[in-house]
Amino acid sequence: MKEDNFTIVNKKLKSRLIVGTGKYKNFKETAQAIKASGADMVTVAVRRVNILDKRKPILMDYLSPKKYLYLPNTAGCFNSQEALRTLRLAREMGGWNIVKLEVLGDKKTLYPDMIETIHSTKILVKEGFKVLVYCSDDPIHARQLEDLGASAIMPLASPIGSGLGIQNKLNISLIIKNSKVPVIIDAGLGTPSEATVAMEMGCDAVLVNSAIAQANKPVLMAQAFKNSVIAGRQSFLAGRMKKSLIGRASTSSKGII
Amino acid sequence: MAKIQLNGKKIVLKSKTTLFSLLKKYKLDKNKVAIELNGEIIPKPNYNKKILNDEDNVEVVHFIGGG
Repeated sequence: MKEDNFTIVNKKLKSRLIVGTGKYKNFKETAQAIKASGADMVTVAVRRVNILDKRKPILMDYLSPKKYLYLPNTAGCFNSQEALRTLRLAREMGGWNIVKLEVLGDKKTLYPDMIETIHSTKILVKEGFKVLVYCSDDPIHARQLEDLGASAIMPLASPIGSGLGIQNKLNISLIIKNSKVPVIIDAGLGTPSEATVAMEMGCDAVLVNSAIAQANKPVLMAQAFKNSVIAGRQSFLAGRMKKSLIGRASTSSKGII
Repeated sequence: MAKIQLNGKKIVLKSKTTLFSLLKKYKLDKNKVAIELNGEIIPKPNYNKKILNDEDNVEVVHFIGGG
C-alpha cells in the first residue's frame, strides 16, 4: 500500500490516532501509553505552575515536544475570553500556533457552547492560529466553522469521558461528506472497535484520552487503539462489500455432487 | 521590597526583581512556561527587562496532561 499520511496544517503525521495526556496514574505511565499508541500528536492543557513544590516533575520532561507535536487545548474553559487567554499563553510558551479550541457550555454534559466556540474561532483565525475545533455533531455548525477558517472539525462522538461511542452516525457521516478540512472524532470513544467504526465511516483521525488512560492496562489499550485505527482506515480505503438482505453462498454451486 | 501576587499567592520579593530572576528563584525553565503580568502576556525576550512592583499580579503557566 502506498503511504497514507495524514496531513494537518502542513504537518505530516504518520498516525491517525491523536491521544490526550490526561488522567494517567503518573507521567511514566503517560509516556509508556503514548509511545505504545504510535501517536505523533498529543493534546496538552495549560495550567498554573505549582510554585510551592519546586521539584515537582512536569509533563515536558516525560514527553518531549521535539518528539511529539503538542496540541494545546482549552480544557475547562467555559467562555471565549478564557479560551483565548489560554491559547495565547500556549502560543507564547512554545511558539505553537496549532491549537485545539474547546469551549464548554455545561459542566454536566461537557457539551460545547457553539456560540462561544464560533466567536472564538473567528478571533483565533484572525490572530494567525491554526484552530482544530471541538464541536457538536451538528453539520451546520461544522460547516460554519470550516467557513470561518477552522483547520479541522472535531465533532464529539458522545460526551467527553463518557465512553459511549458514536451516538449519531448520521450526523457524523454528513459532516464527513460536507467537509473539505480533516474531520477528527473527538470525545466519547470507549473502545478500539468504536474507533474502527469512526475510521471506516471516513473520519480522517480520532482523538482518544479517557478510553486509554482509564483502561485497566493503559499501555495495552493504547496498542489496541493503534491497531484499530489502522484497521478502520485500511477498511475505509479498501471499500466494504455491498450489503444483501438475503444469504449469498461463498462457494460456487457448480459441480455440486 | 515588592509585594506581589504569584499564581494566586501573596509573596514578597527583593526590590528590582525581574521576571527572569523570579523564574530563577522558583527553578523554572523559561522555555517551559509562559507569563502573564497584570493580564498581559510578556514575550520571553522581555523577561529580563520587566521589573516587578508592588501589587503586580503574575501568572506563570505550563503544560500539563489533558485531553
